Amino acid sequence: MVENRPFLTFLTHLTLILGVLIVAFPVYVAFIASTRGEADFLSGVMPLMPGPHTLENYSIMLESGMTSYGAPPIAPMMFNSLVMALSIAIGKIAISILSAYAIVYFRFPFRMLAFWAIFVTLMLPVEVRIFPTFEVVANLGMLNSYAGLSIPLIASATATFLFRQFFLTVPDELVEAARVDGAGPLKFFRDILLPLSRTNIAALFVILFIYGWNQYLWPLLITTDTQYYTIVMGIKRMAVVADADPKWNLVMAAVILAALPPVLVILFMQRLFIKGLVETEK
Amino acid sequence: MATVDLKDVKKTYAGNVVAVKGVSIAVPDGQLCVLVGPSGCGKSTLLRMIAGLETITDGTVSIDGKVVNTIGPAERDIAMVFQNYALYPHMKVYDNMAYGLRNRGMGKDEIDKRVRETAKILELGALLERRPRELSGGQRQRVAMGRAIVRSPKVFLFDEPLSNLDAKLRGQMRVEIKNLQRTLGVTSVYVTHDQLEAMTLADVLVVMNGGLVEQVGNPLDIYEKPASTFVASFIGAPPMNLLPLTDSANGATLSDGTAVPQAPKGAAILGVRPEDADVAVGAAASAGGLSLPATVEGVEPVGAESFLYCAAGGQKIIVRVSGRSPANPGDTLKVVAKAEKLHWFDTAGKRV
Ligand SMILES: Nc1ncnc2c1ncn2[C@@H]1O[C@H](COP(=O)(O)OP(=O)(O)OP(=O)(O)O)[C@@H](O)[C@H]1O
Ligand SMILES: [Mg+2]
Repeated sequence: MVENRPFLTFLTHLTLILGVLIVAFPVYVAFIASTRGEADFLSGVMPLMPGPHTLENYSIMLESGMTSYGAPPIAPMMFNSLVMALSIAIGKIAISILSAYAIVYFRFPFRMLAFWAIFVTLMLPVEVRIFPTFEVVANLGMLNSYAGLSIPLIASATATFLFRQFFLTVPDELVEAARVDGAGPLKFFRDILLPLSRTNIAALFVILFIYGWNQYLWPLLITTDTQYYTIVMGIKRMAVVADADPKWNLVMAAVILAALPPVLVILFMQRLFIKGLVETEK
Repeated sequence: MATVDLKDVKKTYAGNVVAVKGVSIAVPDGQLCVLVGPSGCGKSTLLRMIAGLETITDGTVSIDGKVVNTIGPAERDIAMVFQNYALYPHMKVYDNMAYGLRNRGMGKDEIDKRVRETAKILELGALLERRPRELSGGQRQRVAMGRAIVRSPKVFLFDEPLSNLDAKLRGQMRVEIKNLQRTLGVTSVYVTHDQLEAMTLADVLVVMNGGLVEQVGNPLDIYEKPASTFVASFIGAPPMNLLPLTDSANGATLSDGTAVPQAPKGAAILGVRPEDADVAVGAAASAGGLSLPATVEGVEPVGAESFLYCAAGGQKIIVRVSGRSPANPGDTLKVVAKAEKLHWFDTAGKRV
C-alpha cells in the first residue's frame, strides 16, 4: 500500500478532483444550456451560469416536443426507450443465464459446439449483421414495434460467457449436496444457482440497461412511425435541422432528461453492482 | 436402519481410468465402516457410487437389501457430509438444514421440530439465523453434520469430513462423530486417509490400495495381523519396520548377513512395529525372539515417548520407548522383540 503522507493524500485528491471536473464539465455545460433561452447561444459564447428558462424548456420538451422538427414529445420517447432497454436487459439476462446453465451443467451432444457457436457471435455485433437482421425483422413484420426494437438485440454471447465463467466457479460439491437433498435440475437452478448469481445479474442488468438505452443505429433503421421513436435517436433528429439553427436549449434539456434513467438505474443498483464487480461470493 | 452391501463394484471413468477394480464389502446394520487408503486409491469414488453421485460401471450396490444401482441419490435415503461442507452460501443455517426436508414435501411444523431438535443435539441453536460465511470452520462442519442428521437417513456417508479442521478440533469432532453415530445407530461409511481417524472410528475397517481392498476387518485385528506389507505400513504410526530377508546357505539372513533363525518357510520380509520393539543393553532376548545388534543414530523425544532411530542388520529400524530414551546417539545396544510380535511376509508382500 501507499504510505499515508499528507502530500500524497493531497496529490491523489487533486488528481481525482481534476478527473471528476474533466468528466463532469460537459454535463454541467449541457445542464446550463438547458436552463437558458434560445437567443443565448447565438453570440457564440457559451454561458456558464444557469438562466431563467429552466421550467419552460423542460415543460416544452416533456409536453409538446419540438413538433416543427419532426420529433414527438420526450415523455413517450423515453417510455419507448425504457421498454426497449428493459426488454433487452431482462431478455439478455434470461436467455444467457439459461444457456450458460445448459452448457455448464448438462452433458448433451455438441455441447461444446453450441458454446463456440454462441461465443463466435461475439465477433458479429449488431452493426456488422445489420442488413440481414433488418431483412429478417422486416419480413417478420416487426418494423415499428417493440418486438422489432428489442428482440434482435437480445441474443448475447457476452452475458452467456460471463455466467458460464461464474457457474464454473460454483463448487461441484454444492451441486452434489443439492442432488442428495433432492433438488432436481430446475430446483437447483431456482433455489441455488439463481440466488448465487444475484450480484452478477445486478451488474449485468446495469450494463445491459445502458447498452439498450443507448442504442441508436438500430432504432433509427427500423422505426418510421414517430410513435416508436426512442429518445437517443430522437435527440439526433432534433439536433440536425435543415434550415434553422438547432434549439440548443431544448436539445440539451432532452439530453439531460435522457441521461436520467441510466443514472437512476446505477444509483439504485449501485450497492449490488459494486458487490458484483469486486466480490465473488462463495 | 439399513445394511450396505457392495458386490464386486467396479468403476471406470471416461478415458479408461479404472478407479475401482472390484470391491465387495458388507456393512452390517448400525455399524460405522471406514474406508482408508492413500490418495487416489478410489475411496471417494466408491463412496460416491454408494451415494448415487457416480454411475456404477459394474457390480451392485444394495442399501437395506435393495439394489440401488439405478436409483438417484435423493431416493436412496442417504445423507452425505462433504469435505468442504458444501453448505448453501446464501441460505441461513436453518434453511441449509431444512432444504432437503422441504424438497421432500415435509410439513412446516415437522421441519421446524426436526431442525430445532438437531440443532440442539449439535449445539447449533444460537447459530440458526446465520449464514455459512459468518461461521467458523468447526461450526460449518457441525452444520454440515446437522444437514445430514436432520434427514434421519438410512445411511450416512462422510468424505474426509474433518480434513479441513485443525488438529485439536479434528480430535474433538472425531469423538463427537463417533458418539453421534452410536447414539443414532445409523449405518455409516466414512472415508479418510488418516489412519488414526480410521483406527479410532471404525467398527469395520477397509484398507484400500489402487482400487482394490487390501484387508477388511476389525481395526485392532488388522493392526495385529496385517494381511500385507501395504497394510502393515499404512496402519500404525510410525509405520512398521520392514526388513527384507535373503535366503542363504544357513537360512534367512538380513542384508548384512545377520541370521534370522526364527524366519518361517517362504518369509521374505520381517516386520516389527516400533512399539513392539525395545532396546536392551547386554544380551536379554526372550526365547525365539529377535535380538539385533544396533547403533543408535538419532533420538526424538516427544514427551510421553521417544523414538530411537537405529541402524541394525544393514537397515534402519525405528523403536518406540515410553518416557525418556535410555540411550543416546552413537550408543551400541540391541534391538529386541518378542517372538509373537514378529510379522512375516512373502515375496509378494502377503502375510505368511
Ligand atoms: N471424474 C473423474 N474422471 C476421471 N478420473 C477420475 C475422476 N475422479 C477420480 N478419478 C481418478 O480415479 C482415481 C480415484 O480417485 P478418488 O477420488 O476416488 O481417490 P481418493 O481415494 O478419494 O483420493 P483422495 O484421498 O486424494 O481423495 C484417481 O486416480 C483419480 O485420478
Ligand atoms: Mg477423495
